[in-house]
Amino acid sequence: MKITFPHMGNAHIAIKALLAGLKLEVIPPPPITKRTMELGIKHSPEFACLPLKISVGSFIEALEQGADTVLMAGGWGPCRFGYYAQVERDILKDLGYSFRMVVLEAPDFKLSELLNQIKDLSQKVTTLEAVQATRFAWFKLNAVDRLEFCLAKMLPRVINKEEVLAIYRQALQEIDQVTTRPQVNQVTNKSTAEMEQLQQHDQPLLRLGLVGEIYTILEPACNYDIAEQLGRMNVEVYRSVYISDWVNDHLLGGLVKPSNRREILTSSRPYLNYFVGGHGRETVGNAVKLARQHYDGIIQIGPLTCMPEIVAQSVLGEVGEKEGIPVMTMYFDEHAGATGIQTRLEAFVDMLQRRKKSNQVWEQGEQLNAHVPGC
Amino acid sequence: MLKVGIPHSLFYFYYYPLWKTFFEELGAQVIKSHPTSRLTVDQGVGLAVDEACLPIKIYFGHVKELAEKGLDYLFVPRLVSVEPKGFICPKFMGLPDMIRASVPNLPPLIDITIDISKTDRYLQRDIIRVARLFKASPKSARQAYQRGWQELRFCQALAAQGLTPQEAIRVWEGEEVIRSDAPQLRLGVLGHGYSLYDDVISMNLITHLRALGCEVVLAEHVDPQNIEIHAATLPKRMFWTLGRKMAGSGLYFDQDEHIDGIVYLACFGCGPDSLIGEIIERRMNKPFIMLTVDEHTGETGLLTRLEAFVDMIERQRRTTVENHFSAHG
Repeated sequence: MKITFPHMGNAHIAIKALLAGLKLEVIPPPPITKRTMELGIKHSPEFACLPLKISVGSFIEALEQGADTVLMAGGWGPCRFGYYAQVERDILKDLGYSFRMVVLEAPDFKLSELLNQIKDLSQKVTTLEAVQATRFAWFKLNAVDRLEFCLAKMLPRVINKEEVLAIYRQALQEIDQVTTRPQVNQVTNKSTAEMEQLQQHDQPLLRLGLVGEIYTILEPACNYDIAEQLGRMNVEVYRSVYISDWVNDHLLGGLVKPSNRREILTSSRPYLNYFVGGHGRETVGNAVKLARQHYDGIIQIGPLTCMPEIVAQSVLGEVGEKEGIPVMTMYFDEHAGATGIQTRLEAFVDMLQRRKKSNQVWEQGEQLNAHVPGC
Repeated sequence: MLKVGIPHSLFYFYYYPLWKTFFEELGAQVIKSHPTSRLTVDQGVGLAVDEACLPIKIYFGHVKELAEKGLDYLFVPRLVSVEPKGFICPKFMGLPDMIRASVPNLPPLIDITIDISKTDRYLQRDIIRVARLFKASPKSARQAYQRGWQELRFCQALAAQGLTPQEAIRVWEGEEVIRSDAPQLRLGVLGHGYSLYDDVISMNLITHLRALGCEVVLAEHVDPQNIEIHAATLPKRMFWTLGRKMAGSGLYFDQDEHIDGIVYLACFGCGPDSLIGEIIERRMNKPFIMLTVDEHTGETGLLTRLEAFVDMIERQRRTTVENHFSAHG
């Protein structure tokens, strides 16, 4: 059995570790290229959302490389993602590939059931080994998140952007290759220290929140790498979702590390008062939370036609007005051009900079007035 | 008398008789917006976000129209689930919030949550709360709701005889509906009811098909049991209520020998349509056409495609008939 799985940012590092720990032969999906997108677009329904198209393309490329089993996640709606696996199976079968599709359906998202499903994937391992593999994958996942977090912090601060990106990419490769926890720790510690030691500039930074649909946030190929583009413009980007948070909240029932999901959902009131599928409610909750933490702006991203994000977008205008924060929404599909996106980002950042400057002047002026003696 | 507005859009086509009866039994006057017009579309497009689908935009237009009528209440329910383990669409779940954030000068909304995916206890509670707005007792609230359901079932029975739900509502309200007869072809027509039965969204699809000499068979005309049986053949239970109805009817049409072809009306940007259309299309053996509409589509283009489709089926049928003549006498 040669097993493959869909791409989602750097999650492939952890998934690969998990499957290898289950003694399965893994064919990781090749990096997402223009060809991947073209294959996916050609064979997917026309106005399906971009993640479906990308994963169809990835699966085709992995099947070409000899994979015979496809691992996919499921769900029970109302977001389209729950039915992805079924449509993908139809598409790939009609293209003539023979393969088995394993769909991880977690009906109530219980840890024990997830473990059973993981163990069922491979007959060769004991429960203990399955647990160990899962724990090691979780460990790698957190290491990757730490790196991503460090990059988001350092990229806008350092002078030489290429250097910090090179360290980051190198570290990801190394984490992918090592097989023990101490090695993972060593790579992470060394690389984060290296990133932090690079020479920094002292220009003012903008702080911007990136909220929206999880796949678009996590997968750079799906968002034209806007986090990196913003970092290069000296903007510090706070990402609302890291993959370990998502796994913790949705697969591990919030048991492994403290979760702020409840708090985020609470702050979505009174703008959005009900669960709307996907991450619609989290998007609104995060936007409100960041506004109250005095971020300079918010960018909402999602795939074109994403239903939960459309609901969120409809109320974000009101959030922006009442909480006093500029919000921009960007949708991505296969037609988005990199230059157009860069122009929009530059314009938004420019606007935020002016706004911040005028606010500061105003605040200083107010302080001056307050200190005039005798008034 | 308190005035309650009901938008002539979205779930109007499925549930209007229920809610109209309910509010009237409670002693309110029900005012509905006019059928969708170009003005409704323009107003809706102006208020809703660009990326929303056409039915949602049009709903905004209807709400705008009603907001200017001096109503006491506007009925904008949050439709989450109308059956156990089934959803409608995320946009319906956020509808009251979207409306509040986008339409100015709204009358107070009655935005009860309809979610019976696990239990209908909360719905029963909310119905009593709504009745309190009209100074009605819990008992009369329950009675009004029961009466509503009776009327709705009556209307559904009317529709099952070959009317569209929209025509059934008109008959129920006392209008006369003229039906043409002697059809040449029988076509199964699928689509979300709120697009298919709104004449502006569907661009009179059903009227055009009838004018082309086709009898139109809708999901409402299929025995619900048959729908469930055929929907159950899918590898995974479809969690969209309307989606399951469409997939089940589509697969049923494919096997029913009296149906000559299938038309699927999809709205651009509709999440469920993008996947359900694909699932049905890949399983079809009969002629199948998928029409995608949005606010820019021209009716003539749609008509041309329908004519070509009907032509093709007729020609196909003629050749099959000819081929059935025995060459051996």
